[in-house]
Amino acid sequence: MISLLFELFSYQFVVRAVLVGALVSLCAALLGVSLVLKRYSMIGDGLAHVAFGALSVALATGFAPLVFSVPVVVLAAFGLLRISENSKIKGDAAIAVISSAALAIGVIAASLKKGLNVDVYNYMFGSILAMSRGDVYLSVSLSCVVLLFFLFFYNKIFAVTFDEDFAFAAGVNARGYNALIALLTAVTIVVGMRIMGTLLISSLIVFPALTAMRICKSFRSVVICAATVSLVCFFSGILASFAFEIPTGASVVVANIIAFLSFSLLARVPR
Amino acid sequence: MSRLVVDSLSIDYDGRRAVCDVSFSLEKGEFLAVVGENGSGKSTLIKGIIGVLPPSAGTVSLSCDGRPGIGYLPQQTKLQRDFPASVREVVLSGSVASSGFAPFYSAEDKRRAARYMDELAITGLAGRSYRELSGGEQQRALLARAFCAARDLLVLDEPTAGLDPLISAEFYELVARFNSETGITTVMVTHDVAAAVHCADKILHMGSAALFFGGCGAYTETELGKNFTGCRHD
Repeated sequence: MISLLFELFSYQFVVRAVLVGALVSLCAALLGVSLVLKRYSMIGDGLAHVAFGALSVALATGFAPLVFSVPVVVLAAFGLLRISENSKIKGDAAIAVISSAALAIGVIAASLKKGLNVDVYNYMFGSILAMSRGDVYLSVSLSCVVLLFFLFFYNKIFAVTFDEDFAFAAGVNARGYNALIALLTAVTIVVGMRIMGTLLISSLIVFPALTAMRICKSFRSVVICAATVSLVCFFSGILASFAFEIPTGASVVVANIIAFLSFSLLARVPR
Repeated sequence: MSRLVVDSLSIDYDGRRAVCDVSFSLEKGEFLAVVGENGSGKSTLIKGIIGVLPPSAGTVSLSCDGRPGIGYLPQQTKLQRDFPASVREVVLSGSVASSGFAPFYSAEDKRRAARYMDELAITGLAGRSYRELSGGEQQRALLARAFCAARDLLVLDEPTAGLDPLISAEFYELVARFNSETGITTVMVTHDVAAAVHCADKILHMGSAALFFGGCGAYTETELGKNFTGCRHD
């Protein structure tokens, strides 16, 4: 076990990936609590697909992937939020349409440029090796910004999540904070999909929050528990991925599933 | 000067005109009860007053310093009923706007939350999870939160929906006491016309348009009032 850890952290790229991954897991878990409670879980999934489309287009046209896709996904986040606010059912359908449209555009963009299949596979399922030094700097600073914003506006985020109309009446700019949550989610997803992959990043948002809600009773304990669960699952996933030579993103998701099932069982234990 | 002035307000909701040309004004400290049948635009009017729904025509103006602080007690949504939050967190969130951009609640915010939890007899529930409470206890937590937020106006949308008559009567009593002690203008939607006449200063009877607006005494003398209070003597 110890020797495995030493071996793991002797690679520079592993240290980078673990650093970025841990930060992204933390951001995703914190934002996830608000998104799941607001019934916006699917927005994370839709945004991940948009991010995939944007990254493929960026690769095909030669733009820097993160610099190009962050603004695209942020715009998509605002759009989806606007649609969901207006009508619940239409919002559902809009997410499905935007997801598949972005996926289609991404696949076509990727196919236009030969030799891109490896990159596309990496974005679909995530790859730790795909992180360059520049990516790491950008990812770390974006994640830190997300964390700081979340901590600084924690009380407002709680009020807006629990009851938007009340917060608005009391004098809080509820729409502004909704937009802030969408913005932070968009950034987290773009940064995180390099490691987790398009298809799996939304689990990083949804699972820790759901797991924490099995047993925690206050908002603060849910937030703290979700963050802890997310970090523990990320590290266990990474370890398992090296020990058994299985894909990282998928291992992290499986670790999250195990945590969710154990917490669900724990919640059923009579006290 | 009037505290709340609603001037020829119309609001469209779900493609139809739910509130049609309603005008009234309230002085500081007045207590208005909004009554009327289901679908008569009571809740839409309330959402127009707090600013969640934009007016299609007319204006709502609230005289206050800076951005208005309205304590709002909404009709509960399904989403809220199973929300993981402690009662303390819910009540404290009533002060969410008073701290401006500061990331934490001030000592004054905490004192206010403690005072209203005490007044509503939910101090013992402070650490309990909101989703484990009974309907009446949840409603008390939301009322304490609304009290914390009500700097200029208190707006209650059917505060006693789903509560038994005894708890309802107690609830009206609490609201009336808050109104008279703090002098904060209060607007309350209710189905209970008898209670409305008992504790409010003015009555607004809605039927998309304002069918009646005035004092309680005058209201009980109208045909409308007689029909709704069940005091017809003919």
